[in-house]
Amino acid sequence: MQWFNVIVQGVLIGGLYAMFAAGLSLIFGVMRLVNIAHGDLIVLAAYISLMVMQGFGVDPLTSLVLVVPVMAAIGYALQRGLLNRTLGDDLLPPLLVTFGLSIIIQNGLLELFTADSRRLQAGSIEVETFQLAQGVWIGALPMIQFTVALAVIAGLQILFYRTALGRAFRATSDDQPVAQLMGLDTRHVFAMAMALSLAIIAIAGVFLAVRTNFDPAIGPARLIFGFEAVIIGGLGSMWGTLAGGIILGVSQAVGAQIDPGWQLLAGHLVFLVILAVRPQGLFPKVSG
Amino acid sequence: MPDEALLDVKAIDAFYGDFQALFGVSLSVRAGQVVAVIGANGAGKSTLLKSIAGLMHPHSGEILFEGTSVAGSPAFDRLGRGIALIPEGRRLFPSLTVEENLLIGGQSRRPGPWTLARVYELFPLLAERRNLPAPALSGGQQQMAAIGRALMANPRLLLCDEISLGLAPVVVRDIYAQLPQIVAEGLSLIIVEQDILQALRAASHIYCLQEGRIALQGPAGELTRETISAAYFGV
Repeated sequence: MQWFNVIVQGVLIGGLYAMFAAGLSLIFGVMRLVNIAHGDLIVLAAYISLMVMQGFGVDPLTSLVLVVPVMAAIGYALQRGLLNRTLGDDLLPPLLVTFGLSIIIQNGLLELFTADSRRLQAGSIEVETFQLAQGVWIGALPMIQFTVALAVIAGLQILFYRTALGRAFRATSDDQPVAQLMGLDTRHVFAMAMALSLAIIAIAGVFLAVRTNFDPAIGPARLIFGFEAVIIGGLGSMWGTLAGGIILGVSQAVGAQIDPGWQLLAGHLVFLVILAVRPQGLFPKVSG
Repeated sequence: MPDEALLDVKAIDAFYGDFQALFGVSLSVRAGQVVAVIGANGAGKSTLLKSIAGLMHPHSGEILFEGTSVAGSPAFDRLGRGIALIPEGRRLFPSLTVEENLLIGGQSRRPGPWTLARVYELFPLLAERRNLPAPALSGGQQQMAAIGRALMANPRLLLCDEISLGLAPVVVRDIYAQLPQIVAEGLSLIIVEQDILQALRAASHIYCLQEGRIALQGPAGELTRETISAAYFGV
C-alpha cells in the first residue's frame, strides 16, 4: 500500500511536469524554437503571482485571473519584438538569445526580489486531504493541480485539432512560405503560440510556487524537467507529453522512496534509459 | 489601356543573392484573361510568380495590382488583396486533412463565389476524401486540392506554377478541363508551364521567358511553333 501511495503521488506531480513540458513542446512544434528561458519564465510567473496576491489580497489560484493574461501578453510581445527576429534556418540564434534571456530574467528577479526563497500561501486548502483508498490519502491541492493539467492538455488538443488557430499553428509548422501564401501572417501566428505557451507557464508557475519554495535561481531545473517530459513522451504529441510528465513524476517518487537522495537521480536515469532505448520517445506523433 | 489592366508588372529585376534571375520583365493581365508564361528550366518563371505573390521582392521595377503598387506588401497581405499562388509541387500542408487544407485557404475571408461546397462540386473526388490527411491523396488529387485551397481565398488573380508537373497526361487534361469553369467566375489566370501545347490551348496571351528576359510575347493565335521554339531554346 505504501508503494501504491508513492506511485499516486508521483502521478499527481507528473501533471505539473506535463504543464512545464506542454509549453516547450508547443513552441518547438510550431516554430522549431528551443526556449532556454522557459524555466525562468515559470519563476517569473510565480513572482508576478506573488505581487498580484500582495496587491489585491487574493489567494494564488485567484491570482491566475491576472497572471495568465499578463504572461500571455509578455509572450506575444517577446515573440513579436525579439524572438521572431532570431528565427531562420539556423536553430542556434534563438537558442543563444533565449539563453541570454534566461540570465537576464534570473538577475532581474534577483535585483527586484532578492535571493530569499518565497512560497505562495494558499491557506487551508494546502492541508486538506481525502482518502482515495485504505491508507492512501491525497491532498486537495495536488488533486486540483493534476485535474488542471489534464484540462490544459485536453484543451491544447482541442485547440490544435478543432480550431482555426490550431489549424494555423499546424500549417505554419508544416510550411512557412506556403502558410504566408494562404494569408497567414506567420509573425502573428508565432506570437500567438508564444502567448499560449506563456499562459500555460503561468498556471504551472503558480502551482509550482504553492507546492514548494522558490527563488530566482530555480528556473533551469524546471526547464530540465520539462525537457525530460517532452523527450520521454515523444515530440509533437500532447498526450505523450502528459505521459512523459507522469513517468518522470513516478520515477522521482519511487527514487525518493528508496533513498531520499535518489529523487532527482532516478528521474534523470529513467530519462536517459528512454533516450538510449527509444530516442523518438514513447508516443511520437505519427509522421504524415 | 493601363486602366483596364488587373496586374501590371513593370520592368522588374529580381535577384537571389548576387544572382540576377529577372531582367526588366514586364507583363500585364486584364480582368478575365488567361496568360501563359512559358520557358525552359531556370528561365525565371517561378521567380516571376513569387515576385507577384510577394514571396520575393524585386530589386527594381514596379508591380501594380488593380492600379495600386504592391511594393513592400508581404505575401499574406497580397492574398487579402486577391492574388493567390498555387505553388510548384503543390505543397499541401501534410499534417492537415484535405478539408483543413481548403479551410486554411478560406481563412482570409474574402467574399466571393468559392466555398467548400463549390470546390467539392468542381472536384468531387476531394469531397469523398475530405477527412484524409493530404499526403494520402494521389498526385492529381493533391493538385486539385492545391487549386481548391487557392480558390477558397476567392482571388481575382490566380497564379498557377506548373500544375501539370509530375502528373499523368490524362490527369493534366482533367484538371485543365476545369479551368474554363474557374475563369467563368471572373478570375484572371497566369499559367506557368513547361508543356507549351497545354499553355497554347489554355491561354489567350503568351509570354516566353528566356534566361530572365521576355524573349517573345503575343496573342496565342498569332505565335507559330517555330517562333516559340526559337524563343524557348534561344536558337
